[in-house]
Amino acid sequence: MSTTLLRTPLYGRHVALGARLVPFAGWEMPVQYEGVIQEHRAVRADAGVFDVSHMGEIEVEGPRALELLQSLLSSDMAKIEPGRARYTLLTNERGGVVDDLIAYRLDEFRWLLVVNASNREADVAWIKEREISGSDVRDVSDEYALLAVQGPRAIEKLGLAPAPWNTFQEELLDGVQTMVNRTGYTGEDGCEILCMAEDAAQLWDAVLARGVTPCGLGARDTLRLEACLALHGNDITPDTDAISAGLGWTCALDKEFNGVEELRRIKSEGPARKLVAFTMEERAIPRQGMGIAGGGEVTSGTHSPTLDVGIGMGYVPSEQSAVDTELEIDVRGKPRRARIVKKPFYKRES
Amino acid sequence: MAAAESYPDDLKYHREHDWARIEGDEAVLGVTWFAQDALGELVHFEAPSTGANLASGRAYGEVESVKAVSDVIAPLSGEVLEVNQEVVDAPETVNEDPYGAGWLVRIRMSDPGEVDSLLDADAYKQVLAEQ
Repeated sequence: MSTTLLRTPLYGRHVALGARLVPFAGWEMPVQYEGVIQEHRAVRADAGVFDVSHMGEIEVEGPRALELLQSLLSSDMAKIEPGRARYTLLTNERGGVVDDLIAYRLDEFRWLLVVNASNREADVAWIKEREISGSDVRDVSDEYALLAVQGPRAIEKLGLAPAPWNTFQEELLDGVQTMVNRTGYTGEDGCEILCMAEDAAQLWDAVLARGVTPCGLGARDTLRLEACLALHGNDITPDTDAISAGLGWTCALDKEFNGVEELRRIKSEGPARKLVAFTMEERAIPRQGMGIAGGGEVTSGTHSPTLDVGIGMGYVPSEQSAVDTELEIDVRGKPRRARIVKKPFYKRES
Repeated sequence: MAAAESYPDDLKYHREHDWARIEGDEAVLGVTWFAQDALGELVHFEAPSTGANLASGRAYGEVESVKAVSDVIAPLSGEVLEVNQEVVDAPETVNEDPYGAGWLVRIRMSDPGEVDSLLDADAYKQVLAEQ
């Protein structure tokens, strides 16, 4: 089967910069410009910008928008005031994760959900199927571009004033009308900037002119894994629940939503397996799908540029999930020692 | 810093992107500029043991970048005399100098006649042009 890959409004900019482009979730995306490791270091030490315009945006509007979202999302959405954002989960009846997303409350009756590119269509269908009168659900992904500017100097380089995490504001950035969200997926300070698709190239050029390093999806993955941020499709899926994944903090178990009974049961009985973080004790790099002796499986793995060692996350039986437990990873037929560590691998000084 | 693209004339090549430098009945083996560029910065070399016997056309080790892992194919058969510890300790050496400091292993050839089946630099460049 051959399908045409989608391109973001910044495709031409990526080509001009000599990016290595790869298929990702149906999109032709830059995996790196100069190199994954140096881009990773730019974000840890300074500031980097990622084109994440492939991500989906879904607008939910209407007097009963809150009621709809309350029934579908794991967090207590009533506690989110206009101007605030929250990381939350779209759950199924089994307590599994249909997608993880950030919900922005634009105003009293209007919300924006930023969802994973690979789940955009499934999410829209899922929400529309459950739509109630008094709520309107629209896929507005093609109208917007999204740039993540991340790193300890990101906010300063953009000339922005400090603001609390999980808030957002409209800003005129170098002549471009934007919505600046204090959110991210790298473990660093920074923001994610939403603008109209037709303004994306102007905004991209302005951000680069401010001395921010262009970074690809390769570095985005190593950064998020060091910060132990889950990747949907790897660490969380429709068949894994939030409690086992360590995302119980996103679940308001005292309200009603899809799958809440199952999540309450898992919480009270304790999950059979847990998502743990581990570092390799021998030279080897864990990868998704590798077996863990005793009945576990690696869900994400890479080489950590910060720690200079193989790191990963995976599910293991709860009785062998304590920090410091030794694990044995099946690296293409060779047993390799690893040890469970406290999450995250990397935490910024704040 | 990554090296500039090159395929030295004094080396023999295998179409799976490996090179051999013939030195009497011994050979030094490594991966080509194309291979290291395709993988990106190397972060791991899973090396064979000294004394291991390599079979031409078969994998004898793995090189791994942040994003991908690739088998290293033996262009020639023989016994491993030495593994480049510098590459084991600092795999990015392969990116910096794929034909020099980034060599992988030294072997004693068990069938020097195999050298004739390898490609010269021009023939290997032809293989790359067809990809």
